[in-house]
Amino acid sequence: MQAIITAKNLTKRYGDLVAVDDISFNVLPGECYGILGPNGAGKTTTIRMIYGFSPMTAGELTVFGLDLRKHLCAIKSRIGVCQQENNLDPDLNLLQNLEVFGLFFNLTGRQAHEKAQALLEFMSLDHRKDAKALELSGGMTRRMVLARALINDPELLILDEPTTGLDPQSRHQVWERLEELKKKGLTVLLTTHYMDEASRLCDRLLIMDHGRILVEGRPADLIRQYVGHDIIEVAEPSSDLRAYVKARQLQVEDFGHRMIIYESNGSNLYQEISKKYCQEGCLLRMASLEDVFLKLTGRELRE
Amino acid sequence: MKSLFSMVSWMGLFRVWQRNFIVYRQNWKISFLAPILEPLFYLLAFGYGLSTLVGNIRENGMEISYTAFIAPALIAINIMNNAFFENTYSSFVRMYYQKTFDAMMATPLTVNEIIAGEIVWGATKSVIATMIMMAVISAFGLIQYPSGLLLIPLAFMGGLAFGAVGMYFTGIVPHIDLFNLPFFLFITPMFLFSGTFFPIENLPDWAQVIAITFPLTHLVNLARSICYGRFDGVMLWQLLYIVIFWMVFFPLALYKMRKRLIK
Ligand SMILES: Nc1ncnc2c1ncn2[C@@H]1O[C@H](COP(=O)(O)OP(=O)(O)O)[C@@H](O)[C@H]1O
Ligand SMILES: [Mg+2]
Repeated sequence: MQAIITAKNLTKRYGDLVAVDDISFNVLPGECYGILGPNGAGKTTTIRMIYGFSPMTAGELTVFGLDLRKHLCAIKSRIGVCQQENNLDPDLNLLQNLEVFGLFFNLTGRQAHEKAQALLEFMSLDHRKDAKALELSGGMTRRMVLARALINDPELLILDEPTTGLDPQSRHQVWERLEELKKKGLTVLLTTHYMDEASRLCDRLLIMDHGRILVEGRPADLIRQYVGHDIIEVAEPSSDLRAYVKARQLQVEDFGHRMIIYESNGSNLYQEISKKYCQEGCLLRMASLEDVFLKLTGRELRE
Repeated sequence: MKSLFSMVSWMGLFRVWQRNFIVYRQNWKISFLAPILEPLFYLLAFGYGLSTLVGNIRENGMEISYTAFIAPALIAINIMNNAFFENTYSSFVRMYYQKTFDAMMATPLTVNEIIAGEIVWGATKSVIATMIMMAVISAFGLIQYPSGLLLIPLAFMGGLAFGAVGMYFTGIVPHIDLFNLPFFLFITPMFLFSGTFFPIENLPDWAQVIAITFPLTHLVNLARSICYGRFDGVMLWQLLYIVIFWMVFFPLALYKMRKRLIK
């Protein structure tokens, strides 16, 4: 199967800063691929190179089997992009926003109009089609940006943090739309720093930090590989517990007031710990992508 | 230079122009007001208020009324102002605050098409304003026809030149407030000293030399020749000067805007 995106040794430098540092990955047809990473990891820079917004400093990029450097325009006409900032046109109403974008993709006025109407309906925005872009709520704005990215019937949809800053209802609505699109066979590349979003939408993903890829794979595989099956969280761990985990050579992270114990083999470790060492409370839960993320990218604050 | 132009498709340029036209169409009533009222105000204030003090003016060996002297200049000034304003403040707002260009860059449009489209749009605004002013000024009988119709292509050429200069500044100003500088140092002196309200021969010699370098001086002269229906070979040189201005600043504007937009 030919990949939709093939990135080889992709690099982007801004002066001395290496924003994207020699990364390689590919995205297969019909797949939803996620790029995860903390703020400043290089997610936006990576996808900007893929949709031809930023020229790459070094590396090879093939999209739809075409060399990006040679076929930029042809490639761009087959991609839909949701940029990180909501840059709807504030001088135009919603319908016009979509129509004008259709014109940029060289649709005729009539095609653009019909497509715009259909997309407003799909995104449940047709009742607001005469509204100006700035009159919309955050959730509506994001749905509108998503609608605009679909005006050219793209084969590849690129989304930069599609739900950042949205309330839970709006996030779920965006996710449902994306799942519908995925079902129709659309290939999706998205960036996010929400692990629930990535777990729900992404078939495969990579986690990057400081411009480099830390890991790549299916969410479930990554969880199994890096944090195991279950997590035990202990509040106010005692010195006895510390001695115990040391003796048993368990994988732990100790934060002083809280300790996280990674458990991979489904043993009865939890019974033992909760019985003997739990004065302040113990919690057994399934490991999640968030555990992988925090384990790999660290817990210190960014920016 | 060739590589700069090879990336501009007419269709892409037209689409950017079209976006601006669609926005303009919504507010045309307000947009029409300025070019209707402005020449009226100036003609009343200067033509009727001042002309009794000034009397007639000798221009190129011709004795003409002061109103007839400033009417073509008003058109030339408006050509300059419309394109320059559009490609400075308005383009900057679209680029910096509205991120309109960023959104466009995620479509098949190229930066060159976006900037060229903006400049052609600026020139279009000069043309629209010129046509409206022509209607008003013609009511005073101050434009000879059919030669007066040449003001329309002149507005487009002048608009391209001043729009390109404006877009160049848009490519380099760090903040919108700094447009005060080119307006104060470039537009205002030209507005006053390009033979607009008095012949440049009234200036001291050194100032005349500077005035000759102003593109507006040549635009004003061309507008006068066209309005008076008086043609000579000098006009070609004057036109050439404006074209050269455009040919210098258009690639410069593209270059600076590419640097600014492509990250
Ligand atoms: N236009 C730019 N000029 C200089 N540095 C930039 C530019 N864009 C991004 N960077 C830097 O590149 C790094 C990666 O940024 P970005 O790709 O936006 O991260 P993310 O999207 O993962 O939050 C950051 O350190 C950021 O400051
Ligand atoms: Mg980002």
